Amino acid sequence: MKQSPLPLPPQVAVLAICLAFGALATPAAAEDVTVSIDNFTFTPAEVTVTPGTTVTWVNNDDIPHTVVDKKQAFRSKALDTEGKFSFTFTTAGDYSYFCSLHPHMVGKVIVKAGG
Amino acid sequence: MSRHERPSSETAPRLDADGIDRRGFLECMTWAGTGILWSISGGVASGVGLGRALAAEPQKALTFLQISDSHVGFDKAANPDALGTLREAVARIRTLKEKPAFMIHTGDISHLSKDKEFDDADQIIKEAGIPVFYVPGEHDLLDDGQGKAYLDRYGKGAKGAGWYSYDHGGVHFIALVNVVNLKAGGLGNLGTEQLEWLENDVAGLPSSTPLVVFAHIPLWTVYPEWGWGTADGLEALSYLKRFGSVTVLNGHIHQVMQKVEGNVSFHTARSTAFPQPAPGTAPSPGPLKLPAGELKKNLGIATVNFVRGSEPLAIIDTPLEG
Repeated sequence: MKQSPLPLPPQVAVLAICLAFGALATPAAAEDVTVSIDNFTFTPAEVTVTPGTTVTWVNNDDIPHTVVDKKQAFRSKALDTEGKFSFTFTTAGDYSYFCSLHPHMVGKVIVKAGG
Repeated sequence: MSRHERPSSETAPRLDADGIDRRGFLECMTWAGTGILWSISGGVASGVGLGRALAAEPQKALTFLQISDSHVGFDKAANPDALGTLREAVARIRTLKEKPAFMIHTGDISHLSKDKEFDDADQIIKEAGIPVFYVPGEHDLLDDGQGKAYLDRYGKGAKGAGWYSYDHGGVHFIALVNVVNLKAGGLGNLGTEQLEWLENDVAGLPSSTPLVVFAHIPLWTVYPEWGWGTADGLEALSYLKRFGSVTVLNGHIHQVMQKVEGNVSFHTARSTAFPQPAPGTAPSPGPLKLPAGELKKNLGIATVNFVRGSEPLAIIDTPLEG
C-alpha cells in the first residue's frame, strides 16, 4: 500500500483514507497489518509486509490463543478474548507461527523489502 | 440425538471368534440424557443405561472418579459460571453412596493459569474429601514460567513436566503429560524423555497388572483436524501391549467418547465447564453454546469401577442434570 503523497494536513489525509476504505476496512495505515483470530483460524493465514511493519493479532474467540514463532523470534502470552499481541518485523524472511495451545492453528508472515 | 447409536447390551458389536472386535472398534458418543455404564472384559464391551446400572447390586470394587476440564475462570456465553458448575459436580461426588478411593483430574483445571483460578478450583475440589491426582491441560501452563505455577502446586514428586505413577488396590496408575512443547501443525506430544520413563516404569510389572493411564489430550487420534490426538501416543501404547487390561482416560474434548481396541479401552470425560462440538460438526472446536436448560446435561463426572478377579471395568458418565 502506498503512502498518500497529498500535500494536505494529516487530518484531511486520514479522513480521505477512511472515506476511501470505508468503515469495514482494517488496514488503515500502510504500516499496520492486523491478523484476526476467529474460529481457531488466523485470518489472513499469510501476510506479506515490508521491514518495519507492525503486525497485530487480535483474538476474537471465546478461548485463549497464543502466537508463537516456530523459530522463537516472537512468543505472545495467552491472549484471552479480545486480547492483542503486536510484533514489529525488522528483518526480512519467512516467519511461520502457530498457536501453542492449539498447534493445528498455523500462519505465516513474509517480510520482504518493497519493490 | 446424534447419528451414533447409543450403546447398550443389545447393540454390542459383533466380535471375532477370539472375542476381539479388531476392525470395527466401538466408538460412541453420548450427548445428553442418562449416563452409560461400561463393562469391559477381555476386549468385549457392553453397556447399559445408568438406571439399570444403579439398580444392580453394587459389587465390592475399587472405585475412583474422574473429573476434567473445569476451566475455572471461564466466563463466556457457553457458561458464565464455570466455578458454579464445578461446585455442582463436587456436590454430586459428595452424594455418591460409595465414596470413591480418590479422584483424578485430567487437566484444564484453570482457564488461564492464574493463581486465583487455581486457588478457587482447589478450594472447591477439596470439598470432595478424597485425594486428587492431577495432570495438566494446556490451559494450566499459561503462566510466565510456562508451567512452573502448575508444578509448584501439583507437581510434588512428579517427573519432568509433571508425569508420575502410583499403585492402588493392585492397579497401576500412570499420569502422563501431553501438553508441552507442542509442534506447529501437530497434535499432543509426550516427548522422548517421558516415553523412556514410561517404558521403564512398566518394565518390571507382571502383564496381569491392570493399568490405568490418564492424560489431558486423548492418546488416540480422535480428530487430527482439530488437534485431538497425541503424535507419539501409539509409541506409548506399544509399551503397554502385553498387559491384559489397559484403560486410558482423557479429557480435552469436552464430550464422552469411547473406543475399545484389543485389551485397551479409551474413554474421554465430559467437562465440568462447557461442552465442545462433535468432531467436524462446527467450524471450530470452540465452546458450544447450548439452548437454555441444555448445558448441565452436557457437563458431568465419570465414576470408574474395577472389580478384581473377573476384571471387568465399568465407567459411569453422569451428567450434572438429566
